[in-house]
Amino acid sequence: MGILDIFRKKSQEGGNGMKKIEINPMTRLEGHGKITIFLDEQGNVENAYLQTVEFMGYERFLRGMPIEEVPRTVSTICGVCRGVHFTASMKASDGVFGVEPTPTAKKLRDIFFNAHMVEDHTAILYALGFPDFVCGPTAPPAERNLVGLIMKVGVDVGKLVLKKRAGAVKIFEMLGGRPIHPVAAVPGGWSKAITEEQRKEILTIADDLIELGKLTLDVFDKVVLQNKDYLDLVLSDAYKVVVNYLGGVDENGKITYYDPKEEVFVDTKGNEIARFKGKEYLDHIAERTLPWSYLKSPYIKKFGWKGIVDGDGTSLYSVGPLARFNVGGGFPTPLAQEAYEKMLNTFGGKPVHNILAYHWARAIELLSAAENIKALASDESITDKNVRQELTQVVGEGVGIVEVPRGTLIHHYKTDENAIVTEANLIVATTHNKGAINLAIKKAAQHFIKGGKVDEGILNMVEMAYRPYDLCFACATHTLPGRTPIELNIYSHDGELIKSLRNYEIA
Amino acid sequence: MSKPKLAFYLAGGCGGCDMSIVDLSEALVDVATVLDIAFWAPTVADAKYKDLEAMPSGSIDVGLFSGNVRNSEHEHIAKVLRDKCKVLIAFGICAACGGIKGLVNLHTTEQLLETAYIDTFSTDNPDKVLPQVSYVENGKYELTLPALMDSKKLDEVVPVDFYVGGCPPHHTHVAKAVNAILTGQLPPAGSWITMGKAVCEVCDKNPVLQGKPKTFAKTVKRIYEGNPDPNTCLLEQGYLCLGPVTQGDCGSKCPSVDIPCRGCGGPIPGVKDFGLRAVSAIASMLDNEDLVDQIPDPVHLFYRYTLPSSFLGKRLKR
Repeated sequence: MGILDIFRKKSQEGGNGMKKIEINPMTRLEGHGKITIFLDEQGNVENAYLQTVEFMGYERFLRGMPIEEVPRTVSTICGVCRGVHFTASMKASDGVFGVEPTPTAKKLRDIFFNAHMVEDHTAILYALGFPDFVCGPTAPPAERNLVGLIMKVGVDVGKLVLKKRAGAVKIFEMLGGRPIHPVAAVPGGWSKAITEEQRKEILTIADDLIELGKLTLDVFDKVVLQNKDYLDLVLSDAYKVVVNYLGGVDENGKITYYDPKEEVFVDTKGNEIARFKGKEYLDHIAERTLPWSYLKSPYIKKFGWKGIVDGDGTSLYSVGPLARFNVGGGFPTPLAQEAYEKMLNTFGGKPVHNILAYHWARAIELLSAAENIKALASDESITDKNVRQELTQVVGEGVGIVEVPRGTLIHHYKTDENAIVTEANLIVATTHNKGAINLAIKKAAQHFIKGGKVDEGILNMVEMAYRPYDLCFACATHTLPGRTPIELNIYSHDGELIKSLRNYEIA
Repeated sequence: MSKPKLAFYLAGGCGGCDMSIVDLSEALVDVATVLDIAFWAPTVADAKYKDLEAMPSGSIDVGLFSGNVRNSEHEHIAKVLRDKCKVLIAFGICAACGGIKGLVNLHTTEQLLETAYIDTFSTDNPDKVLPQVSYVENGKYELTLPALMDSKKLDEVVPVDFYVGGCPPHHTHVAKAVNAILTGQLPPAGSWITMGKAVCEVCDKNPVLQGKPKTFAKTVKRIYEGNPDPNTCLLEQGYLCLGPVTQGDCGSKCPSVDIPCRGCGGPIPGVKDFGLRAVSAIASMLDNEDLVDQIPDPVHLFYRYTLPSSFLGKRLKR
């Protein structure tokens, strides 16, 4: 049964005259996102809530662990984001010992991380982003996935993309020790140097990855940009959320991932609000606990908590490829810069608040990360054997900030004098986006629900509203290569459940 | 002959096991053509729980269950899959033994929530509220959340036919396991799908494989102390490595980059409690008793991937 059949069936069940659909998702299905929409007296959207229903508890159970064991352990927060928690905590572990990695170790980490950017962006775009467009936004979910996409574009193209992506996984494994949940982190360094043969192999793969980046932008261009209906959707107000943005930049203000010099906030008009690095994040970001969700909502501290509202003056912000596009002054490599300028021209300036443009920025970043690998591996000195720093003291505190595929990731640890973790604080990319995702859903809902009349396409449109932010939907629900099961309940002003829709079926 | 029917389900895991299947890469396309994927949730889009439930008992040939069991949905689907699948496999260390996410069992739910939602550095929570199972927002919007449970391994909930180790299983091991399934070359029920060798047996640092004598560790080192000799056993150098008691289907990946094994492959055949066996194995390789006191964090070391499967149970809740 396809998604349209589900809409049809559910709308029949939940139509006027039916007080409540007798399904209690809490007794059966818990590992899914939950959306609840409340209508006002006129039957228009008054409020929408996206609830995250999973919770993992790493902040607590990392206590007592030696800091050097943390990277390979926290990596398991998410197996899709296979390199990110590892990398952020590894950088924090440098801080615990008050050292910087050796220059060679830093370059190896940088190549490793860019390889992750390539494989992750590829997986996300092809498994989740493109199927909406290539197979069509209203195609049945059974077709609107990686396998459906391969069938549509052809087995040969599918294999080609997977083969090229496998090159990025190979670099990741070569350097990190394992293809998923890597282990080569050492405070102040990297566990093993590479050989000249390995460097050459990385270079060869890098050329292939650059081809993958070009191919991906080409697919985006042909499928989305040259299709007026889709381009209109990208530019539509239904998919526009006006918030502030946070992203990391290098010493020239360009977009960078592994080790940004600084994090920069820009406001809804694109003006710089603040810059920070390391532990200063605490001066700028606070996370509000919401009693109705397992995900906290971060906000810009100096603006104060204003609730989940968008528009000028909001204290909410977004992270991720579009946020980096809005914050950064372009890319350090030529092909990505060229693509950046094309996107900039299409929108006629920054900041871009059209959230479907996340996919475009993601495709450009794929190419940029591939170019970064090539530039780094062209440096013959990376085969130097000095990859471990001598550690002479325990400072006892470290913060690691990395620009990961889904946005800014912050890991912060305190340790005792033996470098044993006493406290841990993690702000993951999707957490930063919590407020904005809520708003995106509310916007889409307002657009498609009018005067108590619920458009049956609402569920699909709502899905398209949250998907651009974080297609694996938090390092919490982990849903590649598919979608987060979502239940959507709509309540009237009197508190009556007037419609219940979901993109999965339940017994 | 019709194609074998396969089901895949991710419960309380990280998606890494799914990604290992994606990492089969081009082979994935070939696998997809020889198998009939009857159910893949929540990872593949069309999560038809109802259709799954409507299938006759035993109508799916093989079910792969990844992640541990931490809420009632996980438990429910485990029971449904057990009924529908001729063969049910605990796929990856979380399903087999609880995994890293099973470390939540060291703490009470209250401790876990307080740390995450009140104590952490950047949290703004003036009224010290915690996420509520049921909450009325602004006096009118009633919102509900599922309650949290302890982590369980899959066979605490339903009988399991086979186990696959790894966090996640390396994609080459996945390929071998899939091949074993497709060709029917499965071991006796209740076994691990493994080549049956420990990490040490496939580790090129192993002195025995180099024709050298084994020696005891004279110190206990943290991984950042000193420069490990790439050709010498990490354990002998004092880096506590759990290779002796861990299945080596990974091909000894971690030691190959001079990082000690932490046991994600699961226990070697015949071992029920991984941590207890690991304690005994490590103790027998230390030069003297005093070294035991230098092990900084025994529970996270010996039970990192297997706490929910330990005989020791969990921390007492008072």
